[in-house]
Amino acid sequence: MCTLEKRGNLFLLTLTGDDQHRLNPTLITSLLSALSQAKAQSTRGCALITVAQGRFFSNGFDLAWAQSAGSKQGAQERLLHLVESFKPVVAALLNLPMPTVAAVTGHATAAGFALALSHDYAVMRRDRGVLYMAEVDIGLSAPDYFMALFKEKMGAASARRDLLLRGLKMKGDEAEKRGIVEAAYDSDDEVREASVRMGEDLAKRKWDGEVYAEIRKGLYPELSAMLGLATKVFASPRL
Amino acid sequence: MAMCSLEKRGNLFILTLITDQDVEHRLNPNLFTSIISALSKAKAQSTRGSALVTVSHGKFFSNGLDLAWVKAAGSNQEAQQRFDQLLHCLNQLVLAFISLPMPTIAAVNGHAAAAGVVLALSHDYVLMRRDRGVLYMSDLDLGIKIPEPFMALFRAKLSPGSTRRDLLLRGLKIKGEEAVKMGIVDAVHDGEEGVSEAAMKMADGLVKRNWDAQVYVEIRKGLYPELCGMLGLATEVIATPRL
Repeated sequence: MCTLEKRGNLFLLTLTGDDQHRLNPTLITSLLSALSQAKAQSTRGCALITVAQGRFFSNGFDLAWAQSAGSKQGAQERLLHLVESFKPVVAALLNLPMPTVAAVTGHATAAGFALALSHDYAVMRRDRGVLYMAEVDIGLSAPDYFMALFKEKMGAASARRDLLLRGLKMKGDEAEKRGIVEAAYDSDDEVREASVRMGEDLAKRKWDGEVYAEIRKGLYPELSAMLGLATKVFASPRL
Repeated sequence: MAMCSLEKRGNLFILTLITDQDVEHRLNPNLFTSIISALSKAKAQSTRGSALVTVSHGKFFSNGLDLAWVKAAGSNQEAQQRFDQLLHCLNQLVLAFISLPMPTIAAVNGHAAAAGVVLALSHDYVLMRRDRGVLYMSDLDLGIKIPEPFMALFRAKLSPGSTRRDLLLRGLKIKGEEAVKMGIVDAVHDGEEGVSEAAMKMADGLVKRNWDAQVYVEIRKGLYPELCGMLGLATEVIATPRL
């Protein structure tokens, strides 16, 4: 469901298969394991790139799996379970001691968008794939940590409102203009190459991973607190 | 050993970082004491319609904390103590600026790095040179974490998202025009004279508004509740408006 590979100083996390990469317990477990591995093997001067095969980056939570519980209550419980179990994935990305880049070659919807946004940088396709928070259209409220993620990662209030409250399907050019992704490209290959180039440029800086992760968490304090990743306030930096 | 001077021109206070001692205007206990003492004086002499402009000369606005002084310590333990002392001083400096009861403008004539960026952003307005100088948060490259409340200052002053990330998590050296585009500084001007004159002119405009000093500082504190909470700065309600 996902694989982790090391190429030089880059960790390559791939969402495998030509499917929608729906976030269900299996994929979530697989992601957590891969991120754990990347953290364990991290050294100064590495970076993580997340890529996806097929037409989707990720189409969000596996609602079909939730529905197959058989009852309305069962479905609701399964969905809440997905919301809870995805939190550690966001936490793992926020805590990862290296820069992270998402190569968004296809649709990133709801939790799939949150997955992309949990990376430090994202690059996208210009001509295919949208960023879409489907919750308002399908009648689901967004979890609190999604809201914190959007609030702290997106400067423009109008972008947050358009994505969350208006169900806007945002294409690459607009996402680039509005500062949600770094850049938009014309093909899957270009997106992946750009993400690798970006990863390598960041890895070249040879930053201390722990310092990097601490500064990153300081950028997103509300999200960090919600994910149980509170940074030590007033801790004196070691020289 | 004075390292900054305070001059009063009408209602305008001009805080100048003096170049003779150190061209980089590295923040060490002497410079910190000098600045904080000057701010105290300005606060004591403030009236309705005052303003403060901070200027510097030469290649640097401030290149950050005096790490050479820290490293010159006799032992690792003493070096850590010196570093902690500088952080405490920086905390006091931010507190002094945030509680100064008048508008403040930084005329950034040259490079500002790490604590030098903190110094600039402690002002209400920041003007920079177009032709020279960068803003550079060197902490990541130096492998030094950025503690609170300084992270809170950045969160208070910079838009969430790519601006904060690009200044703090990317090790970029940001020139004036880019800094304006990112919303980190308010305007750029050409030459050292250009930026300090623009700062004085801006200050004159703010002085003319004749704002009540206490109201000004309370509203400023209200803009930055998280930062003020960390600095231990309580806000006061002023409910006697001029109608």
